[in-house]
Amino acid sequence: MDAIIIQILNGLDKGSAYALIALGLTLIFGTLGVVNFAHGALFMIGAFCAVTMQKLLTLSTQTIDPEKVDFLGKPLVVDTPYVVNWFGPETGAAIIDWAVPLAILLAIPVMILIGFVMERGLIKHFYKRAHADQILVTFGLAIVLQEIIKYFYGANPIPSPAPAVFRGSLDFGVWIGFEANQIIYPYWRLVYFAFSAVIIGGVFAFLQFTTFGMVVRAGMADRETVGILGIDIDKRFTLMFGLAAAVAGVAGVMYVPILSPNYNMGMDFLVLSFVVVVVGGMGSLPGAVLAGFLLGILQSFASMNEIKSLIPGIDQIIIYLVAIIILLTRPRGLMGRKGVMEG
Amino acid sequence: MSKSTYSRRRVLKSGALSGAALAMPTIFTASSASAFTNEPTGDTVTFGFNVPQTGAYAEEGLDELRAQELAVEHINGIGDGGMLNTFSSKALDGTGLMGKRVTFVTGDTQTKSDVARATAQSMIQKDGVIMINGGSSSGVAVAVQGLCQEAGIIFMAGLTHSNDTTGKDRKANGFRHFFNAYMSGAALAPVLGNAYGADRRAYHLTADYTWGWTQEESIVASTEALGWTTTNKVMTPVGAGDFSSYIAPVLNSGADVLILNHYGADMVNSLTQAVQFGLRDKQVNGKTFEIVVPLYSELMAAGAGANIQGVYGSMNWNWQLQDAGTQAFVRSFGEKFGFPPSNAAHTCYVQTLLYADAVARAGSFNPCAVAEALEDLEFDGMGNGPTTYRGADHQCFKDVLVMKGAESPTSAYDTLEIVEITPRAQVEYDPEHPMFTGGALGECNPGA
Repeated sequence: MDAIIIQILNGLDKGSAYALIALGLTLIFGTLGVVNFAHGALFMIGAFCAVTMQKLLTLSTQTIDPEKVDFLGKPLVVDTPYVVNWFGPETGAAIIDWAVPLAILLAIPVMILIGFVMERGLIKHFYKRAHADQILVTFGLAIVLQEIIKYFYGANPIPSPAPAVFRGSLDFGVWIGFEANQIIYPYWRLVYFAFSAVIIGGVFAFLQFTTFGMVVRAGMADRETVGILGIDIDKRFTLMFGLAAAVAGVAGVMYVPILSPNYNMGMDFLVLSFVVVVVGGMGSLPGAVLAGFLLGILQSFASMNEIKSLIPGIDQIIIYLVAIIILLTRPRGLMGRKGVMEG
Repeated sequence: MSKSTYSRRRVLKSGALSGAALAMPTIFTASSASAFTNEPTGDTVTFGFNVPQTGAYAEEGLDELRAQELAVEHINGIGDGGMLNTFSSKALDGTGLMGKRVTFVTGDTQTKSDVARATAQSMIQKDGVIMINGGSSSGVAVAVQGLCQEAGIIFMAGLTHSNDTTGKDRKANGFRHFFNAYMSGAALAPVLGNAYGADRRAYHLTADYTWGWTQEESIVASTEALGWTTTNKVMTPVGAGDFSSYIAPVLNSGADVLILNHYGADMVNSLTQAVQFGLRDKQVNGKTFEIVVPLYSELMAAGAGANIQGVYGSMNWNWQLQDAGTQAFVRSFGEKFGFPPSNAAHTCYVQTLLYADAVARAGSFNPCAVAEALEDLEFDGMGNGPTTYRGADHQCFKDVLVMKGAESPTSAYDTLEIVEITPRAQVEYDPEHPMFTGGALGECNPGA
């Protein structure tokens, strides 16, 4: 039973990342009709916003320590971060320690800006083109973005720890009646799950309870009619592209303590998230979230030794197997709307 | 009117045979004027450095490339000479190779076997390389080694740790300086026994490809010989990213040691996540839970950050060694690039020099003469103490390093500390050891 509960927690955690990326993919597809294969790259750029924040906070002055030597036997150059000079050792170290959460403040404007530039500069020219063209150009864009990140940050994973207070793990089992040390779960993964729930809730609330969101939803349902009413729906959709980029970006920022960022991380998530979108139903926001969590949990269960001993390799194919079954039985996905990608 | 003796069928058969002969790749045939593939005729000779320059192991590949470039400079007499000053053989005098200046071309393997074979083939066919060196993956090394055997080119393997490279997949034209998984197990096990005791229960998470399989087999054998038991062995996909689903079952498995047979980004992620799951804070069977990473690299250690502190592993070489050869190489490399070399860089540098030395001693670029000069070569001054290139399987035998994540590193470069220099006698084995059988060197192929 304890193993099942841990895998459910794992599944919710993985599902959080899938759901956040799939949510952004669906927002872009639902509003602009674009299949954005560069969305995984936006997740990756978000992760590198966290790396950038770490680098900014550790920008240092250099002094020579004549008593120590470097690997070549020369006097050692000692780096002292500016924040330590400015705020003292304790406060400075604490600020650096919180680099990952602080990176959200950097990621939101950066990602919105990147989203704007992507949409206005490239993707808008492909609105009326076939989905195959859109996939090709956005996939190419993803590779370009990857290479840019690799040029500046290298190919090696970069350690990006969570704040010290969240580095341990919670004895989750004692909260639900198990003996101590039976169900241990990392604090940061629980933080990530809670964070995802807040972001997903926030996006839904924004679309549901604001005038802007209402217009966007109306535009998603019937773009032409909204345009006839004199509303500049294109401008709002551009803003939604920026919002979707920001959602992917903050999802990437908060994921770095779980997965040390490297330039290729977006591709791994993109393929799975695209399957999530298809399973959830193209254009359906609740479908994307539901499918994200569902497939995350299924993938975790399929990784259990007991399951793998029955069906070797099932952990590698479960998501695609479920996608095939759902698309055979419900061609529009779990919550897909009629008419989307059917014309 | 004469009657032709050629039937339509016969003409077609002759045409097909001629076409097949013409279409046959030239790398498998030597020209009539040459005794072996790519015999150098001008005033230069070209080496091929086939390393990952993109993909997951790109950083490691680029470090290999730096060292290879340095080795070529030293062979050509540029710079301070590095290990040529400490190498026991004095056949190389810094004037190139047999009167020719050494040049090189590079290929990007992307750590993919098919791409690596294609780039190697291109270097052999188009660039006329006489030797190929490099690699950061055993899958790639085995693939390229096979190609070099067919083409009649010497393959000086870079970083490849699978037993298979000089075991079941050994080739007469292939040589490995790097240590292997068996040696890691033989060096690590006594240190683990001293540190953690003889009564331990180990759980293995293993990368699902040739290197992972042979490392798991080696570590299981060496730890079980200590008295440890193996509770479970689980294969994980390469590039899994999130290993939480594989780590969670370890928690209540009864194991008190987790052995991560992972490399590169996979190792960084699995170790980081295992620490996050509180494994290192756990008490199991009355003992503190421990994690072991049998194969370390400096770049992996940098990627894992503080999570690596106190974790045991092994390496082929490390820049912190104090012998004269190591210090000469670190000085050359550090002055040129500003940081110490990795053990991947070291093995590629040494392999390039060893190849050049063998050519100089053989007095020929013929791969079979070079192979003969390398077989059973005894040498020293290259950073690992007295070393033998065993002729029976083309594997180098030398001291192996047992490492541990430094508890309090003073810079970005000393995240690992040397725990023990395991003498080579402890890691030696018979060429027909069961972990290495199933293949044969075969005959050297000069490509003629």
